Amino acid sequence: MKIAVCIKQVPDTANVKLDPETHTLKREGVESIVNPFDLFALEAALRIKEAAGGEIVAVTMGPPQAETVIKDAIGFGVDEGLLLSDRAFAGADTWATTAVLAKAIEGLGDVDLVICGKQAVDGDTAQVGPGIAQRLGLPHVAFVKGFREIENKRLVVERQMDDGYDVVELPLPALITVVREVGEPRPPSLKGKMRAKKYTVPMQGAADLGLDASQVGLAGSFTQVVKVFAPSHSGERRRLEGSDEQMGAQVIDALVDNQVIMLGS
Amino acid sequence: MGVIIDKELCIGCEQCLDACPFDALEMKGDVPEVGDACTLCGSCADVCPEGAITVPEVERAQDDRAAQAKGVWVYAEVRGGQMPEVVAELLGQGRRLAGQLGVELGAVVLGHGLGGVAGELFALGADVVYAADDPLLADFNDDIYCKVLTRLIAEYKPEVLLAGATSVGRSMIPRVATAVATGLTADCTGLAIDPDKRLLLQTRPAFGGNIMATIVCPTARPQMATVRPRVMKRGERREGFEGRLVTVSLDAEDQAVTKVLEVVQSLEENVNLTGAEVVVTGGRGVGGPEGFKVVAQLAEALGGVVGATRGAVDSEWIGHAHQVGQTGRTVAPKLYIALGVSGAVQHLVGMQGSDTIVAVNNDPNAPIFDVAHYGIVGDLFKVAPAMLSHLKQLRGQG
Ligand SMILES: Cc1cc2nc3c(=O)[nH]c(=O)nc-3n(C[C@H](O)[C@H](O)[C@H](O)COP(=O)(O)OP(=O)(O)OC[C@H]3O[C@@H](n4cnc5c(N)ncnc54)[C@H](O)[C@@H]3O)c2cc1C
Ligand SMILES: Nc1ncnc2c1ncn2[C@@H]1O[C@H](COP(=O)(O)O)[C@@H](O)[C@H]1O
Repeated sequence: MKIAVCIKQVPDTANVKLDPETHTLKREGVESIVNPFDLFALEAALRIKEAAGGEIVAVTMGPPQAETVIKDAIGFGVDEGLLLSDRAFAGADTWATTAVLAKAIEGLGDVDLVICGKQAVDGDTAQVGPGIAQRLGLPHVAFVKGFREIENKRLVVERQMDDGYDVVELPLPALITVVREVGEPRPPSLKGKMRAKKYTVPMQGAADLGLDASQVGLAGSFTQVVKVFAPSHSGERRRLEGSDEQMGAQVIDALVDNQVIMLGS
Repeated sequence: MGVIIDKELCIGCEQCLDACPFDALEMKGDVPEVGDACTLCGSCADVCPEGAITVPEVERAQDDRAAQAKGVWVYAEVRGGQMPEVVAELLGQGRRLAGQLGVELGAVVLGHGLGGVAGELFALGADVVYAADDPLLADFNDDIYCKVLTRLIAEYKPEVLLAGATSVGRSMIPRVATAVATGLTADCTGLAIDPDKRLLLQTRPAFGGNIMATIVCPTARPQMATVRPRVMKRGERREGFEGRLVTVSLDAEDQAVTKVLEVVQSLEENVNLTGAEVVVTGGRGVGGPEGFKVVAQLAEALGGVVGATRGAVDSEWIGHAHQVGQTGRTVAPKLYIALGVSGAVQHLVGMQGSDTIVAVNNDPNAPIFDVAHYGIVGDLFKVAPAMLSHLKQLRGQG
């Protein structure tokens, strides 16, 4: 089975603190990491490969330094990587992102399964996976939390829903996006790390993919950011005083007074 | 590409660097230089005291769809015969938008055994209901659902399409947007109309809720958005209102390749965090599985749902379905109560949009207090029971 995993480089929010005054992230010196959800995508791919055999290719679109996430993926045991990088890709919305990723996956040839993370933690859109599936004409199941059956031409997966989960059968080739429950990511192996050091990450730009600059990046995007502002954290913030019991009662009174809690009925 | 900085006017104050949400600016000597991450959002130009920054117009593909498109549509999700609350909220908001645009409000519903659903959608504000009722639509599958919705859009050309940011909406709507080739903004918390340009101004949190961005889709149609549950106000019910019902039938090509074998509404999973009005969350401070008892009691008394931090979930005190935060669910209830939660960034991004936040923590320096409207420095095992008993007393149950 040939599996393509889409992984994205994002700023590491783990070491970031919120500025209590402005409520913005203090991002100085923040490192870049593999999008946490994409680690679950990688883990799912490795488990499927263990069950059904095959090959895994990790694909990322990003600036040249996004090469490091491909090296990380190699460290986890992925077979090959591909970096899609071009100045023309900058400023892409999800439509322009899927244009590039879908073309690149097509170029890999005979991919049986594409796996994406549930969402990227910088944009939180969860749109890229289903978008790629549509462009490639593949069926998809989003928010997969577990696998019931793994065969070469067919998967039975559990899909997380708001009120429970569905068991869904899907024929391959197909695309899935995965959530955390598919399994804790394994640590990188020593062998993988050694290989990652020597691995030269193949890179492709718009021209290699046969895409015109007008189809990618900012120019190829439908959506446009027109304004950016700090969230209004409405309402004042206050600390209560008194004994634990008094504060417990006080806060209930305040919530009732402000009609956050309704006593009626 | 990127904004243009006039080196003569620039005084090197660096305000633009702080304002840039994409970290695209960097000082090169005395003046900032624009990097690849620039999206031309204009935040830098807005703060520049010297007017040294100009945002160039980008040539974008022309599209004649804007001229033809008309009407606001809401995708009315139905699952297991039930419409999630967000459908009523979308119709309430849809009515306001349709009013400003001077057009009809349509609702699209796909499913099987849809009996009274159309009537309900009229009561909730729809002028037209497009309903496809077919055994093939009994269970949610992206294949047919996306095909039918895509076809309806191509035929009737709405200018706006809204859907709930639920599991279903977030799975199918991106696929539909790609199929009709238009922009989509995920997880909006604010929607407004620019009346001159007939543009939908879509506001959503970005970077984990630390900034808000307003996004438009200038040329392609429909302008599509998924909307977070519990942020829009539902409208007045119009009992007995009868609109137009358009019955939609499936095509021979509408075959699903994915097949739903089983629908499980498991108790553990049945934690509708996203839809809850009240969330009471326990963190590692509750000390163990027993500690969640008081969390659950308070949640129950407030008609809410139990949340948890990753710390508590990783300690296996409670199931992952309860996790709030970056790798859990994002919630924005009316009331969020955090008990024994430190307030790590990954947790905050999943709950800081809540209307009212109460935090109980015995560490006065816990970062959760930065976002709490009511901060209580104290022992949760004393404070939470006191909250419970006072609540009971006020309700005359104590
Ligand atoms: C990639 C990544 C993703 C993550 N995603 C998430 C996520 O989705 N959601 C999430 O929650 N976390 C997430 N985390 C983890 C996050 O960084 C924190 O580790 C976690 O939120 C801490 O949980 P906590 O607040 O329960 O525990 P702690 O940080 O241990 O805090 C417990 C708090 O309880 C207080 N306390 C103790 N006893 C009492 C008492 N008797 N009364 C009152 N207060 C008391 C303590 O003072 C302390 O502040 C993620 C981390 C990473 C790296
Ligand atoms: N630039 C990118 N390169 C590779 N994969 C991506 C990229 N952007 C998004 N993805 C994939 O799509 C998923 C959803 O991302 P998003 O739609 O941005 O929330 C991620 O978890 C990745 O698997």
